[in-house]
Order: sequence, then structure tokens, then C-alpha cells
Amino acid sequence: MSLFDRRPIRRSRNGSYALELGAEERAVLASLPAQMREALAEPDDPALRRLFPPTYSSPLDAGHEEELRRLTHDDLLAGHEEALGVLESTVSAPELTAEQLDGWLRALNSIRLLLGTRLEVTEDDDTDPSASPAHALYHFLGYLQECGIEALTGSW
Amino acid sequence: MPTAAPVEVIEPETTLDVTADRPWKVIVWNDPINLMSYVTFVIQKLFGYSRDKAHHLMMDVHTKGKAVVSSGPREKAELDVLRLHEHGLWATMEHDE
Repeated sequence: MSLFDRRPIRRSRNGSYALELGAEERAVLASLPAQMREALAEPDDPALRRLFPPTYSSPLDAGHEEELRRLTHDDLLAGHEEALGVLESTVSAPELTAEQLDGWLRALNSIRLLLGTRLEVTEDDDTDPSASPAHALYHFLGYLQECGIEALTGSW
Repeated sequence: MPTAAPVEVIEPETTLDVTADRPWKVIVWNDPINLMSYVTFVIQKLFGYSRDKAHHLMMDVHTKGKAVVSSGPREKAELDVLRLHEHGLWATMEHDE
């Protein structure tokens, strides 16, 4: 059964979130945090721009921008790494807590931001998943994230 | 007949820069990667808005290209932008026109 025919993340009656993922899917997910950390270690990589965007709309605030970047860059990096750590340490778990699922959603999002930037995803193209393995991965992560959001916010 | 009013002292640090006290707007911009459901989720989570209000703001982002999600003094706006960035949203802050 293909991933898209089922709900890989579902809220259980006991308030936790059941993960119905195959071994192959989990192996793919398990390999991503390390790849992301490698990417994060190259701060000049333009593909990271969506993970560390500017704070001020106007270039006139460049002075504040610089100062703020110095003050917050490490916090932002730590936040991305924390989420990746949650994904990595629970990738084999049968179920997640709400807090862990929140970490998954943030980790999946940062991976999609990097991957989508590298694939030059635009609003118009709906990124054919069969175009390349990277496109397939991008779709898989998006579907997983969608199901996770639905599961987590279903009771909000 | 004028009465003697207390003399108003102009503090030396009074500034002509009227922009300093104006509130900042925190804006979320449309982008082709973040899922619509994720944008709604993050706005709800960070600002405690109802699902309806968060959905409405997300639709503005999606259809108009941007939405103002919060406003306030510089420090608050900077913190809001940082939290949005921690969640991968494309957010910036600016003054009212």
C-alpha cells in the first residue's frame, strides 16, 4: 500500500500520535537529520537562506539587522538542531507525544525548506514526484507533514 | 489673565526621530514551500489565535502575498519574527507606511 493511501500519523485515543511508517520510510527519515546538520555547517550555502531569513523588511535597517543576526543566529541554529534531534531520537518509535510531533513538524519543515530551495520549487509547478528521487522525497515529507499537522491540530 | 503654569522642561534626550516610537508590524510573506496548513498551525501556535483567525491570515498570505500577524514595540516584534523563523516561516518586520 502506498504512503498516500493511508494516514502515517494519527491521533490515538490515549492522546498520543501513532506512527504507521514502513521500515524503508523510517530509514529515509533517519538519514535526514545528519544530512541537514552537514548542510547547516556550511552557513554560506545560499540554499540555507530560507532557514536564516532577514528580520527587517527594509535594507535601511541593515545596522539593526547585523546586530540582531549576531545576537540570534546561534539561537535559531540551536532551534533547528533541537527539532532535528527530536526526529532522530524518535524515528523508530511506534508513537509520539504532542511535543515530539511538534519537533517532527519543525524538522520536516526545515528539511523541506532546504530541499525545496535546492529544487527551485515555485508556486506554479506542483513538483512532479516522479521527476527525481529528490522530488519524490520532497513530496513524501510534505505529505507526512500534512498528516502530522492534521493529527496535532485536529483537537485544537 | 494667564496663570503661571509649571515650566515644561524639554528633556535633552527628546528626539526629533518620530519613527522611534511607532509600532512595528510583523509580516508573514507567501512562499512556494511552506504548506498552507503549516502556516495556519504556526500562526495559531505562536499567537494563540483561533483557527478561524489563523486560517484567515494564512489565506491573506496565500492570496495577497502577505499578512500582518502581530505588531508592537521593536523588541516584541523582533522576538515574534525570531519565533516565526524558528518555525521556518518567511517573516519580516517594518513600520507602518
